Amino acid sequence: MRAKKWLAVGVAALFILATLWLLQRLVMPKYMGDVVEGNFMAEYYDTEKDHDVIFIGDCEVYENFSPQVLWDEYGINSYIRGSAQQLASQSYYVLEDTLRYEKPDVVVFSVLAVPYNEPAKESYNRMTLDGMRWSKTKWDAIQTSMTEEEQLLEYIFPLLRYHSRITELTKDDFTYLFGRDLVSHNGYYMRVDARPAENVPDGRPLADYTIDAGQMEWLEKIRLLCEENGIKLVLVKAPSLYPYWYDEWEEQIAAYAESHGLPYINLLALKDAAGLDYRTDTYDGGLHLNLAGAEKLSRYFGAYLRETCGLADRRAESALAARWEENARWYDEDRIRQEYEIAAGE
Amino acid sequence: MSITSYYFLLFAGALLILYYLTPKKAQWILLLAASYAFYAFSGIRYLGYILATTLCTYVASRKMGGLKDYQEAFFRENKDILDREDKKLYKASVKKRQRAWLILALVFNFGILAVIKYGNFVVSNISALFGAPNDAFFRLALPLGISFYTFQTTGYLIDLYRGEYREEKNFFRLSLFVSFFPQLIQGPISRFGALSKELYAGHDFDGRQVAFGLQRMLYGFFKKLVIADRIMAGLATISGDPATYTGTYAFVGMIFYAIDLYMDFSGGIDIVIGFSQALGITLPENFKRPYFAVSLKDYWHRWHITLCNWFKDYVFYPISTSPKLLARAKKLKTAGHAGLARRITVYIGNLAVWLFTGIWHGAAWNFIIWGLLNGGFLLLSQEMEPLYRKLYARFPKLPESRVFHIVRVVRTFLFVSLLCMFDYYANASVTLHAMAGMVTEFDLAVFFNGSLLSLGLSAVDYGILLLSLCLVFFISLQQERGISVREKIAAQAGPVRVLVWYGLFLCVLLFGAYGIGYDASQFIYNQF
Amino acid sequence: MDTLLEILNEMHPDVDFETCDTLIDDEILDSFDIVSLIAEISNQMDVTISAKDIIPENFNSAQALWELIERLEDEE
Repeated sequence: MRAKKWLAVGVAALFILATLWLLQRLVMPKYMGDVVEGNFMAEYYDTEKDHDVIFIGDCEVYENFSPQVLWDEYGINSYIRGSAQQLASQSYYVLEDTLRYEKPDVVVFSVLAVPYNEPAKESYNRMTLDGMRWSKTKWDAIQTSMTEEEQLLEYIFPLLRYHSRITELTKDDFTYLFGRDLVSHNGYYMRVDARPAENVPDGRPLADYTIDAGQMEWLEKIRLLCEENGIKLVLVKAPSLYPYWYDEWEEQIAAYAESHGLPYINLLALKDAAGLDYRTDTYDGGLHLNLAGAEKLSRYFGAYLRETCGLADRRAESALAARWEENARWYDEDRIRQEYEIAAGE
Repeated sequence: MSITSYYFLLFAGALLILYYLTPKKAQWILLLAASYAFYAFSGIRYLGYILATTLCTYVASRKMGGLKDYQEAFFRENKDILDREDKKLYKASVKKRQRAWLILALVFNFGILAVIKYGNFVVSNISALFGAPNDAFFRLALPLGISFYTFQTTGYLIDLYRGEYREEKNFFRLSLFVSFFPQLIQGPISRFGALSKELYAGHDFDGRQVAFGLQRMLYGFFKKLVIADRIMAGLATISGDPATYTGTYAFVGMIFYAIDLYMDFSGGIDIVIGFSQALGITLPENFKRPYFAVSLKDYWHRWHITLCNWFKDYVFYPISTSPKLLARAKKLKTAGHAGLARRITVYIGNLAVWLFTGIWHGAAWNFIIWGLLNGGFLLLSQEMEPLYRKLYARFPKLPESRVFHIVRVVRTFLFVSLLCMFDYYANASVTLHAMAGMVTEFDLAVFFNGSLLSLGLSAVDYGILLLSLCLVFFISLQQERGISVREKIAAQAGPVRVLVWYGLFLCVLLFGAYGIGYDASQFIYNQF
Repeated sequence: MDTLLEILNEMHPDVDFETCDTLIDDEILDSFDIVSLIAEISNQMDVTISAKDIIPENFNSAQALWELIERLEDEE
């Protein structure tokens, strides 16, 4: 009798947990339509983790560099762990998270977020943090990034955060209940369309150009983490015309890199050398590069990487080459689909 | 710490587990520690206020008790020499000294409340009188539950003075009575006689009590989160722009507010009483389906019952049965003013109560008007009693008529809601304008042309509200008939019980208007 | 006792005060009635019932009320 009772309790508990789990999956945003960036963080975990190069940073990494080109041209096996408005502190935790799985030779960190120091926004926090797997690192990242209205408990049980979506579910929520489509190319967000950059505004004068000490602290932490793990850290400024990159910021970052012997490359200053043409190579008027721009930039940056970091060409590794073969197929598929959609739209 | 926050739930959950792990003798100590911890969470600087009131109450009660002990000892020792007259005289002098302590403590406790709650009201009215700008320099934040614990200690001291029971000699026990969490947050207002027995006695774990308590909490969360907090968006739209939302909208606002007020307040009380029940502690009921009342008087027997009883026992009766007033009534009668004599005690007591009740609700004219209107209409309906009696004499079937009953219920509901508009708009002249507009600008089309969707509530919101209200209505109807829905569910088979309560839990979880995602539910991705 | 019954019957002619012992519990007498009642008792019988004596046990039946009045007279 007693055993029967416990069995009943167990069945009820199982039923409750299972339905709650299902509901949570159901109401969590799927990010499959317009805002695919919400999926980038999670996609990393499904890959083979033996990358030579890991990129960390915000849209300046995931929209400007194509790992496919780095592989095709230089045999560099890379992955971009970028997310929308990834704060400098979050980049640190993303790196820490990555180190739980692999130790790359090189980490490329996009420095825009260091001086730019935007206030954390709930929606971006979610896109960066929800996709991370649970670990002490994720816990710390949440604690560091949360806005005042956010609560840790709502990260632990996202159902509490997204419950109101129950009344606005779409077909996507059911289609992608148990699995989502791949949206990035090793973390790269491919865009084929073009919108030329015109009248890019100059930066407004700032009251104070000194980079916040707290922000520099995160850069320092990233550097130390790389040092501890024997990873070469490369700092980059992507060639996005906007947000505006002030000379004062450039000086401070360059000085920091020099004093610690870090390679730092300002690709914005080298945009002509890379062959970028802002009439054709950007999809949103100079904020982000499109596929053509990203490929040109990757060709240029790949050469720099190989030279500065002495990375070996791994194209002879047959298993790895086979994986990239597969990547290339999806890369071309995505490109052709987008080109077709653009053509159909016109 | 709001009663619907995650922290509250975690806190309450942890307390519940600890409580039943604690030896029965020490449970009250745990409750005291938890109450003070809770109080500190809501603002550590407020601890001073509640401690001051507790200390003052303690000292006064011990002094009053000491005088009584002294009197008893004196009578015992001088049993043989004292005659009845002597004793009476002595008693009177002791009573006088007790009275001094009582008044001192009441002035002190109410003084704190008055300064904090009403300081600004007084200052701004005085400065308005002299034409000075009202810059509200005198605004102190209200410590959590100050009205409730002030009322509770007042009741305690008056009861002691009346000799209803002896004082609590342990300061820490008294502190628990004053600060008991979660009652502290929004009542009910308990009497020491009843609550002390519950608080200080240890309680064994009783699965049924705990389950019933948690179920009641869940129902409270449902009322608060699914109904009250959801309807709030619509309420804010209407009261935020009373010049645009006139006429029918004011009427809609009135109904919304009546719903919100009841669901929010009674839901909160359900949480408080439910949690206490889970601890094995019975608190007095505070609501008895007030919107099923057939008259204003009936309504006030069903709404915020503990406060009404408090006012009745400590304000209404003392004033209307005070020797001076009774003597005045007698004089009037002998002078031939029989009608006036009959009315004067009730009138003065009643208006005093409603003036206080109005002021208690908030330090502003709209509340005072609201209070006096309530008192005034109660007296008016008292005066109309003979008329009703005549009506019933002519139509003897009327009192039993169902239709007539429903008409009375609806009328009372609308009337009470109308009075509550003073609270809703929080401004007397805006309220009067809105009331006038309800008559002059009423437009039935608003209900059908989609205008209601412009209030910040979507069709889905209305659907959820409607279904939820139907559920609460159905449950209330059962309770009104004396059926306990919880008992009925408890009599069902296990799986049914699980499904019912889990279903309600899911409703709160999914349809509750809580959390950051609620109004910012649109996930907007800006180009950055 | 007769005076008391007279007062009560005048207030609520429809209630049988000699037998009813749930005047408060069944809400037959409300607070207005109680106050009027106390005023009348003070008037006609010269006994003052104070607020502390207004408890259900004393007002639930005419008999209980009468006992209270006798007790108070005794104390005078």
